[in-house]
Amino acid sequence: MTDVATAPSFPMPRECPMHPPAEYASLRADRPIAPVTMADGQRAWLVTKHEYARTLLADPRVSSNRSHPAFPIVVDSDREALADPDRPFNRTMLTQDPPTHTARRRAVITEFSVRRVQEMRPRIQQIVDECVDAMLADGGPLDLVQALSLPVPSLVICELLGVPYADRGSFQKDTKMVLNRNSTVEERFAASDRLNQYMDELVTAKEAAPGDDLLSRLIIKNRQAVTLDHLDLVGMASLLLLAGHETTANMISLGVVALLERPDELAELRTSPGLLPQAIEEMLRYFSIVDTATSRVALADIEIGGITIREGEALVIAVNAANWDDEVFAEPQRLDIHRSARHHVAFGFGVHQCLGQNLARLELEIVFETLFRRIPGLRLTVPAADLPYKDDAAIYGIHEVPVTW
Amino acid sequence: MRINVDRDRCVGAGQCVLAAARVFDQDDDGLVTVLTLDPPAEEADAVREAVHLCPSGAISLVE
Ligand code: HEM
Repeated sequence: MTDVATAPSFPMPRECPMHPPAEYASLRADRPIAPVTMADGQRAWLVTKHEYARTLLADPRVSSNRSHPAFPIVVDSDREALADPDRPFNRTMLTQDPPTHTARRRAVITEFSVRRVQEMRPRIQQIVDECVDAMLADGGPLDLVQALSLPVPSLVICELLGVPYADRGSFQKDTKMVLNRNSTVEERFAASDRLNQYMDELVTAKEAAPGDDLLSRLIIKNRQAVTLDHLDLVGMASLLLLAGHETTANMISLGVVALLERPDELAELRTSPGLLPQAIEEMLRYFSIVDTATSRVALADIEIGGITIREGEALVIAVNAANWDDEVFAEPQRLDIHRSARHHVAFGFGVHQCLGQNLARLELEIVFETLFRRIPGLRLTVPAADLPYKDDAAIYGIHEVPVTW
Repeated sequence: MRINVDRDRCVGAGQCVLAAARVFDQDDDGLVTVLTLDPPAEEADAVREAVHLCPSGAISLVE
């Protein structure tokens, strides 16, 4: 990578809040695997082409190990803490390679299978209906994020895991802090410590008296064939709680705004709700809210696209760039609910592809169907362009969505 | 068309079930199982889509 004089800085700014940074498209045309400079000065390869993103994410020589000294850091962080094996996050499936990854993921796969998720449908419908009941009782105007986007996935993941929903105040705040790029490294690690401390106490209580929930089932299964120790369980619980609410919440907010801005498409979805699953794939592609969680480090030399990625070099595989690759998705800037977008990489690709994707799909389907059916007059109280978008967060979204009807 | 699945590679994402529910399922471990090794011709496109969508390369085809 030393031959390259200019390497633009990463992350790159957006010009339009609904579109990825414009530089992604120009880089893809010129150098689909291009050198960039991270905030801490490190050089990394930015991958912007769909085919290369898929190939690299599925390559076993590409590692998710965040304790590797060359793992790219998107927001300024503490390398020592990232390598500390006593921090629960560093022991989760997200940060491990096979075979450790395989064992961690297999411990919970059944809980997220297509069938198991479908069994949750009536309960999720009930949760969504209760949120909409409360909105109607309030009468509006109100903030959709607090009334619907955040409560629905938080309630669902809390019930599934066996986390008391009454404790949401602290974990929602700490999650926001962990993901906020503007908070200091100390603030972020302190918030993550609080989340882990909370989960540590919860897991300890469940170890003593298991109930009927995912974490208790995991604890019991683990007693029969021990693969996870206490800290692994704490890490698993924190990861599922964090990944399970903030992501889906942001997709709900962005999806509602996108549909309110497109009355024709919205009318079509109202009359043909059967189109919703396909429309949701398109929204997942369009917003690609988790752009850089798919960062990696190469464990060997890899030849791809006419270049050689050397062992120990960093990779930022930007899914928001891959999902706007016009060779794969014609006119990517058009949100087209008739497009077949299922091969997007908004949930990643390779062995780390999102474990909760089918739960997220179902939550989105029930929320959009129910909200627009029960509150047909829903509208924004400010222009969509003026909403507070999360330019400051590792997961894209909107801080606040004021609506009325 | 014959389907091969490698359960050691499967990560249980469920993409194959979404693409071709009459051909693929997830067993009690959440891993891929094939409901019919020799799917009827009308399932061929769905099966190819499942192969393409599988994130871990656990499904392959002999056509
Ligand atoms: C629309 C919502 C969601 C989006 C866009 C999303 C996106 C992603 C992405 C891109 C990855 C891959 C990270 C990587 O390659 O390193 C991932 C992994 C993961 N997601 Fe999601 N996610 C969503 C919802 C959920 C939900 C509801 C859960 C529920 C618990 C969840 C749990 C996980 C877990 C556990 C992983 C790690 C999987 C592994 O490392 O094997 N996600 N997600």
